[in-house]
Amino acid sequence: MSTDITASADGQFSADDVDALVNRVDRLETELADLRSDVEDGPKKMVIIATKGTLDMAYPPLILASTAAAFGYQVTIFHTFWGLEILHEKNSKNLKLSSVGNPNMPVPNVIAALPGMDRMTTRMMQNKITDNDVASIEELIDVSLESGVDLQACQMTIDLLDYDEDDFYDGVTTGVGAASAFQEMVKADIQLLV
Amino acid sequence: MSTEAPAETVDVKGQNCPMPVIKTKGAFDSLGAGETLEVVATDSGSMSDIKGWADSTADAELLSQEETTEDGESVYKHYIQKVK
Repeated sequence: MSTDITASADGQFSADDVDALVNRVDRLETELADLRSDVEDGPKKMVIIATKGTLDMAYPPLILASTAAAFGYQVTIFHTFWGLEILHEKNSKNLKLSSVGNPNMPVPNVIAALPGMDRMTTRMMQNKITDNDVASIEELIDVSLESGVDLQACQMTIDLLDYDEDDFYDGVTTGVGAASAFQEMVKADIQLLV
Repeated sequence: MSTEAPAETVDVKGQNCPMPVIKTKGAFDSLGAGETLEVVATDSGSMSDIKGWADSTADAELLSQEETTEDGESVYKHYIQKVK
């Protein structure tokens, strides 16, 4: 630090003091420029952790991710536990709605728990999705990948749930774990757990 | 109305959120500087979504938005210029 630079008794600074000050200003300017570029450079980032695999919970991560990509964000979705179902090429086409424990369902829980009810409510929801021109999960995966969203499948849960890396859509990143997800979250402007 | 003919038109009729914005962004990226993009949608949410997208996109300027009726259905048209 150069806080010890003081004017001599006659109010003059020595050449050494001036040099030290100039150096200090240079150093601070460089530091400021570095900080600025850290803050301003590069695209903004969003990381979503997707943990749910029901039809209704598959939509928000994909819709937000593809939208953020259109806003110029660099987006990663880290899929773990049932969130893997969204990236599973076969299962993603048959995601189900849970009728039980959902107070928005038009039937009471005792009836919702009957066999076949999930299938029925899922079919009703699928019909509504089609009628309302809402994109399918597969379409949203496609546009997300096309717009550069990094869809990641957590390796630990791939193994835990006995999936194979080939089960997932082409373009899905595998071989990643909590540490890489965390690292991305640290750098991100927006972090969400869904 | 846009004062000049759009260089390109994106038809997202029959597509819902988030598709209008995503298709808009895709087509916008291939525009040349000064060119205008026309987006034709049936999603009423596109009025707010495309405005929001254009407001947040540095080189996009929303020239106008209009609601018309075609065959008894509301159609939303958006004109976005690439400013640089």
